[in-house]
Amino acid sequence: MIGIEHYLVVSSILFVMGVLGIFLNRKNVIIILMAIELILLAVNINLVAFSVFLGDLTGQIFAMFVLTVAAGEAAIGLAILVIYFRGRGTIAVDDVNRMKG
Amino acid sequence: MIQLISFYIFASIVIAAAAMVIFARNPVHSVLWLIVAFFNAAGLMVLIGAEFIAMLLVIVYVGAVAVLFLFVVMMLDIDFAELRAGFVKNVPLGILLAVVLVAELVLGIGAYQAGAVKLGTPGAGEATVSATVPNIEAIGGLLYSKYVFLFETAGLILLVAMVGAIVLTHRRSHGTRGQNISSQVQRRPEDATRNVNQPVGQGIEL
Repeated sequence: MIGIEHYLVVSSILFVMGVLGIFLNRKNVIIILMAIELILLAVNINLVAFSVFLGDLTGQIFAMFVLTVAAGEAAIGLAILVIYFRGRGTIAVDDVNRMKG
Repeated sequence: MIQLISFYIFASIVIAAAAMVIFARNPVHSVLWLIVAFFNAAGLMVLIGAEFIAMLLVIVYVGAVAVLFLFVVMMLDIDFAELRAGFVKNVPLGILLAVVLVAELVLGIGAYQAGAVKLGTPGAGEATVSATVPNIEAIGGLLYSKYVFLFETAGLILLVAMVGAIVLTHRRSHGTRGQNISSQVQRRPEDATRNVNQPVGQGIEL
């Protein structure tokens, strides 16, 4: 029988995968953005699992808003990435300090 | 039984795909593994009856976000080998952090399962799941009544994201002539034309 714990374990493993991805690929912004998507996916799985478990639809509504923010964040992040690449010819984020003001 | 089998299939593929996303050498492969992960997460959500979020995952994540990632990865000419330089150096710290995090999370879930924390039983909320109303219909009814302002705010966030992305990446191209609408509309006949009583035998002054 599948309980809430199964879903929680899957989502926590997914979350940690995302954090690990940020740590391992510290230079590559594209992978970092994808890792953030993984983290948000884990959050969504958590919200939906609890929503179904508690029999309350609000969690699924909230998951939709998380999805909205994830889409906006991906669009803005990739736009910043594109102009960063245009200016420098690389996307290594070791020294991004030129982006300050 | 079938639920158990499909849960383990979806869950294991989702985790394997997530691992491939962060370990793949080629970012294009990373994006493709990300798509696999999204599809299987959608499967996980269908399994517990959240069809709306599952379809949203497939449409929004796979259809829009992953394709956006693919576009950017393929459009930029990046030397990916150079970007992986610090990978091996970062592995010990990353693994350590991941192990600590996973231990904490599993500890929390285990404590929850053991019944150590009793926050009380959830009361009957306003948004309880009904057995007769389909998931999508119930979410639609809730979204357009109780959460309508939040829904519109979500639309506003997307609008801001769209405008921001356009403003950031738009390049004003030189060598093309655009329209200046206001000056065109403000132009009057007396500014542009004149009547001349032209004498015979002389050229026209332009």
